Amino acid sequence: MKIKFWGVRGSIASPGPHTLRYGGNTTCIEVRTDADSLIVLDGGTGIFALAQSLLQRLPVNANIFLTHSHWDHIQGLPFFVPLFIPGNRVKMFGAADPVTGNGVEQAMAVQLQYSYFPVREAELKARMEYQNLNIGERVQIDDAIVTCTLLNHPVVNLGYRIDCNGKSLFFTGDHEPHYNIYTPTEPGYEDCQLAIEQRRDAIDAAMRGVDALIVDSSYTREEFKTKTGWGHGSFDGAIEMALRVGAKRLFCTHHEPTRSDDELEAVFAEVMQRYAGSLGDLQVDLAREGWEIEL
Amino acid sequence: MGQVSLELNNRLHAAVERIPAFPKSVQRILELTRDIDCEPRDLVAVIQTDPVIAIKVLKVVNSSYYSLPSKITSINQSVVYLGLNTVKNLALNFSVMGMLPHQNAARFDIQHYLMHSLLTANLARLLVDEFADGLVDPNDGYIAGLLHDFGKVVFAQFMPQELLQASAAEAEQQIPDYEAEQQFIGTDHAFVGAMLTERWQFPAELVECIRDHHQGFGSSALGECLYVADLLAKYMCIDHGEHLDQALADEALPRRFSDSDILRALGDRDKLMSEADMFCSGAAFK
Repeated sequence: MKIKFWGVRGSIASPGPHTLRYGGNTTCIEVRTDADSLIVLDGGTGIFALAQSLLQRLPVNANIFLTHSHWDHIQGLPFFVPLFIPGNRVKMFGAADPVTGNGVEQAMAVQLQYSYFPVREAELKARMEYQNLNIGERVQIDDAIVTCTLLNHPVVNLGYRIDCNGKSLFFTGDHEPHYNIYTPTEPGYEDCQLAIEQRRDAIDAAMRGVDALIVDSSYTREEFKTKTGWGHGSFDGAIEMALRVGAKRLFCTHHEPTRSDDELEAVFAEVMQRYAGSLGDLQVDLAREGWEIEL
Repeated sequence: MGQVSLELNNRLHAAVERIPAFPKSVQRILELTRDIDCEPRDLVAVIQTDPVIAIKVLKVVNSSYYSLPSKITSINQSVVYLGLNTVKNLALNFSVMGMLPHQNAARFDIQHYLMHSLLTANLARLLVDEFADGLVDPNDGYIAGLLHDFGKVVFAQFMPQELLQASAAEAEQQIPDYEAEQQFIGTDHAFVGAMLTERWQFPAELVECIRDHHQGFGSSALGECLYVADLLAKYMCIDHGEHLDQALADEALPRRFSDSDILRALGDRDKLMSEADMFCSGAAFK
């Protein structure tokens, strides 16, 4: 199985001289199974460059799994060029929204409207398919199995585990470790804490032992303190999670849009220094646009 | 009450989807959600005290979509599972659907209903803690109390004429409310409450105790706690609980309660009353 990062930036695309090394595109990860089937995790602006790379080998058969419906994870979808070429097939997977009742097809429908985009959904040339996933559902994509897990974000966010011939990866999409809304002396604390621990155990179990864990690590631990409830994680939280679940490699992603390459490396070095000696065999890296990894 | 006609069944299910929330909670939710930094605790407090919103949030978290290993009856835990923002927007959606009118065609006393439900909820939780510790989840006690009369709201909103007739007969013939409802509606609020909670996949024990809450003792530990809580709450609403001892003296209490002094276990009754009162009047939300 191979992974390639096409977009590692959080929230909004941030091109420019300060983000040249890590890249400014928002979330998109290409996964190739051993049988060379294509799985795309999220359709941020990074998906445009991926689309260009696919045009050399038509027809395209793409399985796009959306972690959630926030802009930075769906914004590139209308520019996924294979959609406009007859003979291609694009299947989109994701969660239905319990508040609006809308399914994953809404991510396209909402963007391909007259006022916002010149092409209507009905005018797409590829064969489009949508599948709404139930939480915990497993999907077979040729020689791989994709399993989704509910994580914690201001909208339903599915984390995806992909298993292929004994190799595995887990991508969180956007995730903030659960926190208790009560202080320990308040009446609701224990009740809440019980559910938090159940959730954490369930999430850990879904990631257990993966070869590559790709985690929303937007903030430093200092920043994280002031961003409670924003739905993102920290470098420290990601490392602790990776250690807990016995992941072999950790890739920190969803880089803050305001952070330059130099700043990103500086905060990362500080974190790595703090964890020096306690990582064991865990290898930790910053995800970088264009980087391809073979598991 | 065993069965209702298919037509009534469909009518009741359709009704609940459209039931609006209680006015005080709607006002408070709209107010809270205007502030992006609203305290999650405050929001939970409102949802916990509004039977309509609580039932709808629990319905979502217990739906097959989330396929949770066990059924959830706690709003706090629902917030962990659904996420705060989802719960906030669900609550906001329900609020926007409208409010139960203060004045309604059934002349149903909403304030009294709410007061009784909240008191029963708090009492049932206390009783479970004290007399069914380890056997029953105190959250189940609270939710059972909060929702045990929910069927009445459904009648008031969607079968006001029938409920009006039932209430008149109840007063004239001095019969219990559920008997009058059976006469004029064809079923009673306990059956409807159970039917709805069953459809929404609430825990079976909870469904049963709502269905049987007029049947007296002999059911489950949860059912017995709910029965006593309902009884106590009725007396507390009548005379602020001055004659509670008498109410209990009339009942053949099951063994669970016999060795203990229920009233002592409940602690400060005035505090319980004023807490429920505060939520009903909206004072707690200021």
